[in-house]
Amino acid sequence: MSSPVLTHLVSDIVAGRLRVVDLTHTLAPEFPPIVLPPEFGESAPVRIEEISRYDAGGPAWYWNNLSFGEHTGTHFDAPIHWITGRDQPNNSTDTIPLDKFIASASVIDCTCEAAEDADYLLTVSKLREFEERHGRILPRSWVLMRTDWSKRAGDPVAFQNFDATGQHTPGPDVEAVRFLIEERDVVGFGTETIGTDAGQAAHLRPPFPCHALMHGAGRFGLQCLANLDLLPATGAVLIAAPLKIRQGSGSPLRVLALVAA
Amino acid sequence: MLALDAPVVPPSARSRAAQGLTAAAALGIFALQRCEDCGAVQYPPRDACVECLSARLRWRAMERGGELLSETLIRHGQELYFRRRAPYRAGLVRLDVGPSTIVALHRACEGAPSRLRLRLALDKAGQALLIGLPEKDVPDMADDPIIRETTCAPRARKVLITDVKTRVGRAMAEALVAAGAEIVWAGFAAPWKPSPHLEALRALGPVTPVPLDVTDESSVRELAGGIGGKVDILINTAEHHRPGAIASRNGIETARAEMEVNFFGLLRLAQAFSAALKARAADGQASSTAWVNLLSARALSNDPAHGTFSASMAAAFSLAQALRADLQASGIRVLNVFPGPIEDEWNALVPPPKLSPEALARTVVDALERGLEDVYPGEVAKDLIARFLENPKALERELAG
Repeated sequence: MSSPVLTHLVSDIVAGRLRVVDLTHTLAPEFPPIVLPPEFGESAPVRIEEISRYDAGGPAWYWNNLSFGEHTGTHFDAPIHWITGRDQPNNSTDTIPLDKFIASASVIDCTCEAAEDADYLLTVSKLREFEERHGRILPRSWVLMRTDWSKRAGDPVAFQNFDATGQHTPGPDVEAVRFLIEERDVVGFGTETIGTDAGQAAHLRPPFPCHALMHGAGRFGLQCLANLDLLPATGAVLIAAPLKIRQGSGSPLRVLALVAA
Repeated sequence: MLALDAPVVPPSARSRAAQGLTAAAALGIFALQRCEDCGAVQYPPRDACVECLSARLRWRAMERGGELLSETLIRHGQELYFRRRAPYRAGLVRLDVGPSTIVALHRACEGAPSRLRLRLALDKAGQALLIGLPEKDVPDMADDPIIRETTCAPRARKVLITDVKTRVGRAMAEALVAAGAEIVWAGFAAPWKPSPHLEALRALGPVTPVPLDVTDESSVRELAGGIGGKVDILINTAEHHRPGAIASRNGIETARAEMEVNFFGLLRLAQAFSAALKARAADGQASSTAWVNLLSARALSNDPAHGTFSASMAAAFSLAQALRADLQASGIRVLNVFPGPIEDEWNALVPPPKLSPEALARTVVDALERGLEDVYPGEVAKDLIARFLENPKALERELAG
């Protein structure tokens, strides 16, 4: 039996009444990877090694071997990624219920704050201010922190933004994370930077709240998102399904947003 | 069609006995066979003593002095290599240790009869060549055709150092600048990680930083596309080293990272840079000339406290031999350097003596200027190679602690 909703969805996409926006950076070796202190294990970088390109290795075909860590490029964080989420049910990329991969999104515009202060922390009052203008954040929706950080992606130094004291990138503060989980029941939190947490989030209490609390509550993360500036504050629908990796802690993925044209 | 400046090397066939000369020349030692029974020094190398027919001939370092008895100017040669280099001086020399031999003469040697010093050097084919040098150094000793043919001096050459974000890489770049390199391309990966060494090098005129990540084929190809046709000397300083016994760590990711840099990194560089290097081996006086691999004495025999690092360096050593075989046919020298523990953060728990990066860099420049092929810089490395050559099994047990 057909559904009129699905019929309309497809016809609206075909007719251009719905736009599909790509929130994904191209997966490539030069895209900045997450960097940990050298005493920790490191994520494998993205590598694309050619098998053949219409040559002796394969006269009629072109293909590559691809390798990368689970947390490279535009990627998804599953609850099992963090120790607080290790005992959550259905906490890995292969077991998360599929319906959670399709959800609406609220886009919080923090571009001014992030431009002024690379260490800017998103607060509850900023979230309430957003809700006063755009309405209450929906349960089971994504909250995306727009900073325009993705526009730095062509300059890896500016994107990583390290100095002697570590990385300086914006993210949410502890109370904002708690608020989104406990009072708004979001499906997850997304950022344009290399982590869902701020660059200096190791100094917060608890450290890395968006990892510790979100994953501890079975919620997800999206990072290294692009094109958030093309989304409305509310109303976009995200399709964000990670690779079905057995016991996967996350994966690079293609994040699509459906928005009204 | 053979281009006029296509690399041509001298004939390289040698008897197995004669490879003893090559082994000495590779290390910069002047060695000849001496009979263990009657003491006679032999030349040319042979299997039985020229005096008493004993087979007990041993290679030993020898006094380098000799007397030039006569000389001739060679204007023509049958071999293409020698035809191109004629005219050149050749002399008949009686060595102080006994035998007489024909040598190539440095331009500053006086006519016969006169005293001179001998040097065993590697020729363009990588085989031993006896050179007669004036008894005392003259100004611009290196400015001589036979010296240029047998050495790889960095002066006025263009050098790529693959990673300068370590103390070793920085010291290497500084030493190359001090040695008169015209350009030092200074490779750096992960540009977002600040590096005081890279910053310090920016102030040096000949240094040009270039992005290079040897774990990324596209990065290596990109750089080779940009400067590959200009590099005269490639010095691979890229290294990944994490100490520890193989059972001290779960999984293979650290070992893989070491292999990605130390082994596959070298392979990617070889695939991207060697063709142009070979093609320019006869490109005038500032031709391409050498490839330097910073390996490790741990490549000789595994140091279990650095288990996976040693293994990756053994793999790199083996690959470097294959690279040498490939480049030798064009006259490009592959210099393999086997330092003991270097003073860096990954050898912090290794007790002294350790090799300073600056001393290592000086040794590499010196080896290039002398045209060596294998170098064991520092006391620890010299001790390890001596123990290895004497009894590899004993060294294995000793390193097992």
